[in-house]
Amino acid sequence: MARIMAGPPGEPRRVAYLYLLPAFVVYAAFLLYPIGRAVQISLYDWDGLSLGTWAGLDNYLAIVADEGLRASFVHALVLMVFYAGVPLVIGLGLAAILNHAKVRGLGFFRTVVFLPQVIAMVVVAVAWRRVYAPDGSLNGLLGALGLDSLTRGWLGDYTFALPAVGVVGTWFETGLVTVLLLAGMSRIPLELYEAARLDGAGPLREFFAVTLPSVRGEIAVALTLTVIAALRTFDLVYVTTRGGPGESTSVPSYEVYHRAFGLGQVGSAAAIGVTLTVIIFVISFAINRFADRRIS
Amino acid sequence: MIAPKRQPRGSRTLVLLAAGALALAGCAPGSSAPPPAATPQASASAVRTDPASLGEVTLNVWDQEVRGGQAAQMEQLNTAFQAKYPNIKLKRTSRSFDDLNTTLRLALSGNEPPDVVEANNGRSSMGAFVKAGQLLALDPYAEAYGWKSRYPDSVLRYSRYSADGKLFGEGNLYGLPQVGEVVGLFYNKSKLTKLGLEPPKTWADFEAALAKAKAGGEVPMQFGNLDKWPAVHVFGTVQGRNVPAEQIGTLAFGRKGASWNTPENTRAAEQLVTWVNDGYFAKGFNGQGYDAAWQAFGKGQGVFLIAGTWLLADLEKALGDDLGFMLPPGATADAAPVATGGTGLPFAITAKSPHPDAAAAYIDFITNADAMKVLTETGNLPVADTGAQTVKEGPQQDVFTAFGTATEKNGLVPYLDYATPTFADTLGAALQDLLAGKAKPQEFLDTLEKDYKTFAESNG
Repeated sequence: MARIMAGPPGEPRRVAYLYLLPAFVVYAAFLLYPIGRAVQISLYDWDGLSLGTWAGLDNYLAIVADEGLRASFVHALVLMVFYAGVPLVIGLGLAAILNHAKVRGLGFFRTVVFLPQVIAMVVVAVAWRRVYAPDGSLNGLLGALGLDSLTRGWLGDYTFALPAVGVVGTWFETGLVTVLLLAGMSRIPLELYEAARLDGAGPLREFFAVTLPSVRGEIAVALTLTVIAALRTFDLVYVTTRGGPGESTSVPSYEVYHRAFGLGQVGSAAAIGVTLTVIIFVISFAINRFADRRIS
Repeated sequence: MIAPKRQPRGSRTLVLLAAGALALAGCAPGSSAPPPAATPQASASAVRTDPASLGEVTLNVWDQEVRGGQAAQMEQLNTAFQAKYPNIKLKRTSRSFDDLNTTLRLALSGNEPPDVVEANNGRSSMGAFVKAGQLLALDPYAEAYGWKSRYPDSVLRYSRYSADGKLFGEGNLYGLPQVGEVVGLFYNKSKLTKLGLEPPKTWADFEAALAKAKAGGEVPMQFGNLDKWPAVHVFGTVQGRNVPAEQIGTLAFGRKGASWNTPENTRAAEQLVTWVNDGYFAKGFNGQGYDAAWQAFGKGQGVFLIAGTWLLADLEKALGDDLGFMLPPGATADAAPVATGGTGLPFAITAKSPHPDAAAAYIDFITNADAMKVLTETGNLPVADTGAQTVKEGPQQDVFTAFGTATEKNGLVPYLDYATPTFADTLGAALQDLLAGKAKPQEFLDTLEKDYKTFAESNG
């Protein structure tokens, strides 16, 4: 029997596209089509109900021109520090200690640290709203320490509302980052540490010379996940502050929701959503590029 | 490690994406929506008012009656309706106010929207739905069922829009509310007695009482403004003492011919700031939730609470006969009442509903004279026949008297956030700024004026 073949074995054939088709159809229907549709809607002035009118790039220009919207993107960047930066620092320290000290009951600590991740964000937000309330436990604690002058309605304070929301993010993401890094560190061969020690490295030197470079991949993953979480923060702000006081905790995702469902400015909402998607894509691309290059 | 083989596919993907986008651009968003002009109009003669003769019908009802007494009355009325008309099956979906507000928009633009929906009166809800031709004008049913004679026109106007959805407060009737509501002063009787005070007869009395409560170490006024909108009710109440009622009406319905930049409005804003500076509000109010605030009042923290009658059932449960309610007093003891208020969310019928007659019969059933009695029994404030209800002395009677007086003397002024589609936000954020001292009264009013003027001019 003659073998019907277009080329040498192992080379890609056209039929391969057929195998890709089922997955592609699902991907296209649930991801590419909605994205395309969102991009299209963002070019219209549409109230979500009646016929839209063509607006060109007006919605995008409005994002740049609108002071309040620009501020919301800045708030998202501030949240990045709390969601990604701080948890990374804490997570690195915590993981290094847990990994190094070989503490008894490591599994237990790992679970405790990871626990916030298991709780739904809305529940987290409701709980923290109580913590930050004027008669909440944070003020109670400050009062007990004799720091009454520091007590305030944290989420209603123009200076502290955004950091207060950020701290919730830190609390939420630290566990994830720690567990990721812990997994990475446990794979580092002990010989590397031994070699470093023979070369006379102290614990600090050991951390920077052996541990840190070895978990670069995990750092990239952790940063990607947390940065995306920071940029698309919605539920936390929705439940805790609704963007207030004034507009001091407004974030792009909240604006998307608010414009689409509250104000009926669907075109503008889609434009913000698309912009946010592009920003997230660029930042995570940069993070992964950075991690990749340093490995090779 | 084997490096993955990369092929420069990027450019081809881009071309594919671009082609896809072009294909999409063929249809503008919303092109599947019905043309707004074709608002269906049933004629009075074609209306069928006997539910039993309508055959087997399933009605999808979306309401927001989830809180205590509200939920109770709805369940009771639905059960009674089912018992009386077994041929009409009710499928109830009940969501909180916020959830309903956001999901309704999507539900209505679908091809099979619910039949009966509780839609918020405001422009961005009911107004937008009317504009998109998604709600049925109920005037023929109002005639057939005699709604117009049972409901005062000052109440029905909150559910009226012009057919194009532009004018609010006049035109066709698009919904019928069950309950009335008015924002006034809740007060704690035992605290007043302890301070040697009577319920205030004039606005000056009220301010004096606040000062005395402050001096006596009490929280003069319970308040939580984390959710942004509660301050709107407080400001509305203060504004009602300073600004003529018809000016407030023009501003609040977003009509041309008024201005926020008036000495009266400035005085109102300044009075609010004075209250903050004098420490009349609960500490950290901008960081306190609305629910947490009224719950604190229920636990005896606070002498006064400016809030709507919808809190009656919950507060009565907490405070019992210590609770009192009154309309905000005027400049003199016999001044005409002015209070922010209106109706609960009206029940509307969707234009695409295949069973408008059954839907209207249901709405009539939950708003007829018997229903008003049920509403009274479950601790709600019926919007019609309020005077005809008998309630025991105490906070509930206070509320009934207050609402009866306000509607009788035409003293209800609309919620300020009705004004423009964006006004709830503008006002909510501006009030937080004002109360926190981030904005001066004049800046506050300028912000409001800008939103109001922009909308009123463009709306014609």
